[in-house]
Amino acid sequence: MKSTLKLTTALVFGACLSSAAAAQTELTMWYHGAGNEVESNIINQIVSDFNASQSDWVVSLESFPQGAYNDSVVAAALAGNLPDILDVDGPVMPNWAWAGYMQPLPIDESVIENFLPGPKGYWDGELYSIGLWDAAVALVTRQSTLDALGLRTPTLEEPWNLQEFMAALDAAKASGEFDYPLDLGMAWTGEWYPYAFSPFLQSFGGDIVDRSTYQTAEGALNGDAAMAFGEWWQGLFANGYAPGTSQDPADRDGGFIDGKYAFSWNGNWAALGALNAHDDTLFLPAPDFGNGSTIGAASWQFGVSASSEHPEGAAAFIQFALQDQYLADFSNGIGLIPATASSAQMTENYADGGPMAVFFELTEAQALVRPVTPGYVVQAKVFEKALADIANGADVADTLDAAVDEINADIAANNGYGH
Amino acid sequence: MAAIDPSNQGLRLATRYAVLTLIAVIFIFPLVFMVMSSFKPDLQLLRDTGSFRAFLPVGDLSLNNYAAAFDRAPVATFVFNSVLVTGLTVLLSLFFCSLAAFSFVFLNWRGRNIALSIIIATLIVPFETIAIPLLLLVSKLPWIGWEGLEWGWLNSYRVQIIPWIADGLTIFLFVQYFKDLPRELIEASRVEGASWWQIYIKVVMPLSGPVLATAAILKFLVMYNQYLWPLIVVQEESYRPVMVGLQYFFQLNIAWGEVMAYLTLITVPVLAFYLVLQKAFIASIASTGVKG
Repeated sequence: MKSTLKLTTALVFGACLSSAAAAQTELTMWYHGAGNEVESNIINQIVSDFNASQSDWVVSLESFPQGAYNDSVVAAALAGNLPDILDVDGPVMPNWAWAGYMQPLPIDESVIENFLPGPKGYWDGELYSIGLWDAAVALVTRQSTLDALGLRTPTLEEPWNLQEFMAALDAAKASGEFDYPLDLGMAWTGEWYPYAFSPFLQSFGGDIVDRSTYQTAEGALNGDAAMAFGEWWQGLFANGYAPGTSQDPADRDGGFIDGKYAFSWNGNWAALGALNAHDDTLFLPAPDFGNGSTIGAASWQFGVSASSEHPEGAAAFIQFALQDQYLADFSNGIGLIPATASSAQMTENYADGGPMAVFFELTEAQALVRPVTPGYVVQAKVFEKALADIANGADVADTLDAAVDEINADIAANNGYGH
Repeated sequence: MAAIDPSNQGLRLATRYAVLTLIAVIFIFPLVFMVMSSFKPDLQLLRDTGSFRAFLPVGDLSLNNYAAAFDRAPVATFVFNSVLVTGLTVLLSLFFCSLAAFSFVFLNWRGRNIALSIIIATLIVPFETIAIPLLLLVSKLPWIGWEGLEWGWLNSYRVQIIPWIADGLTIFLFVQYFKDLPRELIEASRVEGASWWQIYIKVVMPLSGPVLATAAILKFLVMYNQYLWPLIVVQEESYRPVMVGLQYFFQLNIAWGEVMAYLTLITVPVLAFYLVLQKAFIASIASTGVKG
């Protein structure tokens, strides 16, 4: 009798549990981190913590390799097969929002008040996505190099100007100590070009597109400032200051560490390698070419797909993921810049006095998001090709004019992209 | 006719073998580089690329890259998926395409020449141009599975197999081969009272070893190297094939040793398949060559 009672109690208890589980609504989520074990572990932990923290929603995660992610999302959108929660690269977000793949993110925006500007994804006046981290680029060198070349150390308040920057490259070249004075990372292709190099153009006074209207690139990408940028850019390769598009990827990865380059234009994700190799490694602000010192901003962010029937659940997960602890976990795990100052203090590298704290300051002070327009995905590719062509010796004016024509034709073909 | 000077013949032979060896070396070097690099740590791998050491098993060799590759991605799942999808597609393709070719060559039906022309014309249509319409189609197709009727084929093996079973090139290969089979054999079989099905099974297919091998190898390579189609129709990791899996290894800092280990692993089925069928494949190519 006693055992029958126990069995009945267990059955009833089990039934209650299963009905509670059944009451949870499933939310699907796609993430771009497949193949990166550390990143996968962190996102899995967040999903697991969220699922355990409440009884309304259960998130199921599907990870994609980054190189295949965007195409998979676009195909799924066409087939009507999007998940509830997406992650999206910051500059791509306006395109996905405009194309109807995403809906505004219904979270309490007071939660993100203290976030760096880069991780906030706004389109058409509404928040669509939010990131847990940002990324920054700096001019990497060594104190011993600056000392040997007799160069002053530029600061955020007083970065090198164009003349000082070129003098530094000349000094490095004249020393004969390096294969090239500067490594720009030309071996990397794709988004690296607009992310890393459009800030130079902006510092000259140009841009990829006219941000006042987003209806044309005329003047922005082929005006006097852009021409000056283009001539300067071509000179870097023509005069032997930097390796061009044929740079060996191995040199990009290890050239600075091996002493082949005096300066390297590289991101915070490569900073630890440089610090481990040389304890006098410095991360300098971008030069000011006349219109301020600027670096790129915005990395991967979370948002809600347009087809989600449970945006409140998706938003609940995203808001849950914005805890400082998770921002710090991602930063400690993959070296990215945590999105808030408070979470930065919880990290090994970005806390005050940490080896990469300077990147937080750089992002806070210099970051400029790439053009916030659905057309950016096309403009980025046009910009990349134009810069590669100019680096390879193409006529600057003709190349920039052709790029402007291509961008303008795309904007016209898409009826202005909703601006 | 002048007598052949034995010393000249020897020289010619030596030259021929030297050229053939050189060509063989050129073709095999990338494979040797891949296999050797898969045993080397990244730093050594990158340094060796500038010298002949890249092709030699020298330095710090280990299986670490293989272990790391299995840690980074479900390699066995990807290989299983690709072998399953490729194997089934090849078998089904050989069957259905040879049947279609049989009907074009041996059966008399109205419009067969036009139908064959249309099928051959599809050879000039790049897959990329029909990928999106095909995606929209398969995402709406019905299927009767274990759980009854369901809609949409996405995230399945069938979506990776069925659209690829029939193709113009395979049908064309069979048509060309069947046209050169002796008609007397077919006519004699008909006189003996054999049905068309019996002729297909017992007369035509046993004579079609070379074209079966050629079609199988070509289809195998196409299917095993599939990237775009599985990328857009499969979102679940459990159905991903090897080429999409390769993307797991292209992170910001690429671990080239792991890439080489993964490539070595996924090349094994291709080499095995080719080695099994190579005699028939060469026979087919050789016989094609003498037809002129």
